[in-house]
Amino acid sequence: MEVEAAAAGVAMEEERELSNRVMCQLKDSEGTPLGAPIFLPESAGPKELQQLVNKLLSNLPVTDPFSSPNSFHPFLSLWCNDGGDAYGGSNCNFKEEKLPYAFYVSDNELVVQLGSYLQKNKVSVEKVITIVYQPQAVFRIRPVTRCSSTIAVEISSNYVYGVRRQSILWLNFDGTSVRAYGSGHTEAVLSVAFSPDGRQLASGSGDTTVRLWDLNTQTPLFTCKGHKNWVLSIAWSPDGKHLVSGSKAGELICWDPQTGKPSGNSLVGHKKWITGISWEPVHLSAPCRRFVSASKDGDARIWDVTLRKCVICLTGHTLAITCVKWGGDGVIYTGSQDCTIKMWETSQGKLIRELKGHGHWVNSLALSTEYVLRTGAFDHTGKQYSSPEEMKKVALERYNKMKGSAPERLVSGSDDFTMFLWEPAVSKHPKTRMTGHQQLVNHVYFSPDGLWIASASFDKSVKLWNGTTGNFVAAFRGHVGPVYQISWSADSRLLLSGSKDSTLKVWDIRTQKLKQDLPGHADEVFAVDWSPDGEKVASGGKDKVLKLWMG
Amino acid sequence: MPQGDYIELHRKRHGYRHDHFERKRKKEAREVHKRSQIAQKALGIKGKMFAKKRYAEKALMKKTLAMHEESSTRRKVDDDVHEGALPAYLLDRDETTRAKVLSNTIKQKRKEKAGKWEVPLPKVRPVAEDEMFRVIRSGKRKTKQWKRMITKATFVGPSFTRKPPKYERFIRPSGLRFTKAHVTHPELKCTFNLEIIGVKKNPNGPMYTSLGVMTKGTIIEVNVSELGLVTLLEKLCGVRLSFCLSFWHKLCNGMNSSPVTVAYRLIVNAGKYAQVTNNPENDGCINAVLLV
Repeated sequence: MEVEAAAAGVAMEEERELSNRVMCQLKDSEGTPLGAPIFLPESAGPKELQQLVNKLLSNLPVTDPFSSPNSFHPFLSLWCNDGGDAYGGSNCNFKEEKLPYAFYVSDNELVVQLGSYLQKNKVSVEKVITIVYQPQAVFRIRPVTRCSSTIAVEISSNYVYGVRRQSILWLNFDGTSVRAYGSGHTEAVLSVAFSPDGRQLASGSGDTTVRLWDLNTQTPLFTCKGHKNWVLSIAWSPDGKHLVSGSKAGELICWDPQTGKPSGNSLVGHKKWITGISWEPVHLSAPCRRFVSASKDGDARIWDVTLRKCVICLTGHTLAITCVKWGGDGVIYTGSQDCTIKMWETSQGKLIRELKGHGHWVNSLALSTEYVLRTGAFDHTGKQYSSPEEMKKVALERYNKMKGSAPERLVSGSDDFTMFLWEPAVSKHPKTRMTGHQQLVNHVYFSPDGLWIASASFDKSVKLWNGTTGNFVAAFRGHVGPVYQISWSADSRLLLSGSKDSTLKVWDIRTQKLKQDLPGHADEVFAVDWSPDGEKVASGGKDKVLKLWMG
Repeated sequence: MPQGDYIELHRKRHGYRHDHFERKRKKEAREVHKRSQIAQKALGIKGKMFAKKRYAEKALMKKTLAMHEESSTRRKVDDDVHEGALPAYLLDRDETTRAKVLSNTIKQKRKEKAGKWEVPLPKVRPVAEDEMFRVIRSGKRKTKQWKRMITKATFVGPSFTRKPPKYERFIRPSGLRFTKAHVTHPELKCTFNLEIIGVKKNPNGPMYTSLGVMTKGTIIEVNVSELGLVTLLEKLCGVRLSFCLSFWHKLCNGMNSSPVTVAYRLIVNAGKYAQVTNNPENDGCINAVLLV
């Protein structure tokens, strides 16, 4: 008996020794602390932390753990008693819906238990450890693994029994067959875009047509003819009602996605080819009316689709404008080959600020709120809105939530192998200079939650950077040719890159490794896009084929 | 062809014939028919030459007519849709395709192996040995036939001394030895009389190169220093102007003298290559074009 008691006493002591406690302070991404510092056992891992944060944020009326200055926490008893299982708690009511969180200790993600993490990194337990939590998207996007359809040209027309003469049968990788009526593009596919609600897909190609595709049956819906030269860029309006495409001849045509017909005459004004199109965000004006187009002739024009004419012309750049973005606070950013980025005000078309710093062409711009501006009021729930006012309200809510209290950030990638992170509303000097690429940076993209920046470069690598500070996080190597375009999944967990070596690669952000390799294109991949609902990926390239990939 | 102005004098004194202008007009009108008659009737080489001339006139006429028909008003330029569509971010970058780069490197390697370089006359008629050499009989009974005399223009150089006649196999007659060449600059289109420094390469073979034979197509080295300032400036004009100017300024500042004197000082025995363009043995002079 005594021996047993002694043994039990020893066991308890050992247990207490095993579960050393660490003083931690939970903070959110902006730095505001969540509650007072608490003692956490070393065996606490991300799961337990998640529950803790959920609990603290949901403010359920449980015995206030912070009333006593000392450490004995109701959860601790739970954890100390059972070795690892923390779910069997009896006196804790967890909220039904648990939001997922990711935890970072000094910028490194916490994936193992606290104790082992501290030991590995030799962090002293005497100081208070700051754990930054960041909410993650509730929905998880599955990585795309297979190509569900390849919609291509009629070059090899395999006629199948009983089917109409003009249909083409294609076999794709997992063996299921797909029928594509009519034909696909007859020249390279230059740009691909999903509509903001993810229901429609449009692609522009070198054969001067824009094609609208039906995602349910994976067949072409409409072929929009009207351009005189290659269709270089396409853009959906954030409410999904208009599609605008710009061509090499400098003209823009606005299409109606429901019927596939042009909404009017082509908008002429630019003298050289169109390099980029960006719509006015829905929270600034609903229904969507205005968009800005950038061209090689050095000026950007703001057009109104209802008036069908150019309202303002923004001149100032001396060389071609390579990229244009309409920011969430009503400012237009244009990046140009004359190495500057200009900020324009949209009511009068005046130049607000000029951001200088690059040594060579500015190739690409990205805004931290870009994803929200592109999708407007639509999100992963797939809800449809009836009136423009409702859309505007919802879009404004989403935008404010996304932006938070910090000013909008802008990242620009250039031919001088570096990128700059700016806070344009605050100052005209860059916040950080992001170096590391060994060739020109072709495409930069903020993740949908604004936490990461991804950059695709001609040095065959994709680099990941911290979205707030601009610090380098990881480099994804795997491509054997220059990486042309990248696209994020809607939950910011996966990153897709398309390159000249004709493959697409999906990278996992959490493990910072290659998740999936998607070969299949016969030639360079020019355009990639991930649908906003995360189900499908569309890619088009020089081999004239548009591929749809599914998870 | 009247060798004086007696016709005009008569006309001034006595005027024209009463039917002069009418006859002239009619004669000119008949000219067309006469020409066509000649064209149809002329036979043999005369006919062929006439036909050739007539055709050249016809082609020229057609061209001038087309030129006049081109309207001066600007027409709407319709750009054709080119093949090989590129996205916007690749449009301003001229990336040579892999295939082209590969074939370019292969061509370069082949050229280097063959030793072929770009010259104004890439191909010349090969000269046969019996055309080049004439057999010289020697010996007491004129039976020995081992000596050869070169019948083409040669260059021997200033320090040339003949070998003893017993060992002299190839005779280069002094009448066919040249020291100067008329060298034309291809861009400036002016000809200079320059001294020959040496024969670099004779396309007919290395033996002729060593003998110093100059036939059509031979690359010779000429002394361009005689050209003076003009040549130097146009040589420098081959380099990029900005570099040239900055180099000049640095040089002048460094040497503390005016640009003119600097230029003169820089001129040394500059040798340049030229290619022979005529048959010197027929013409009695060497015409060459400078290789820039």
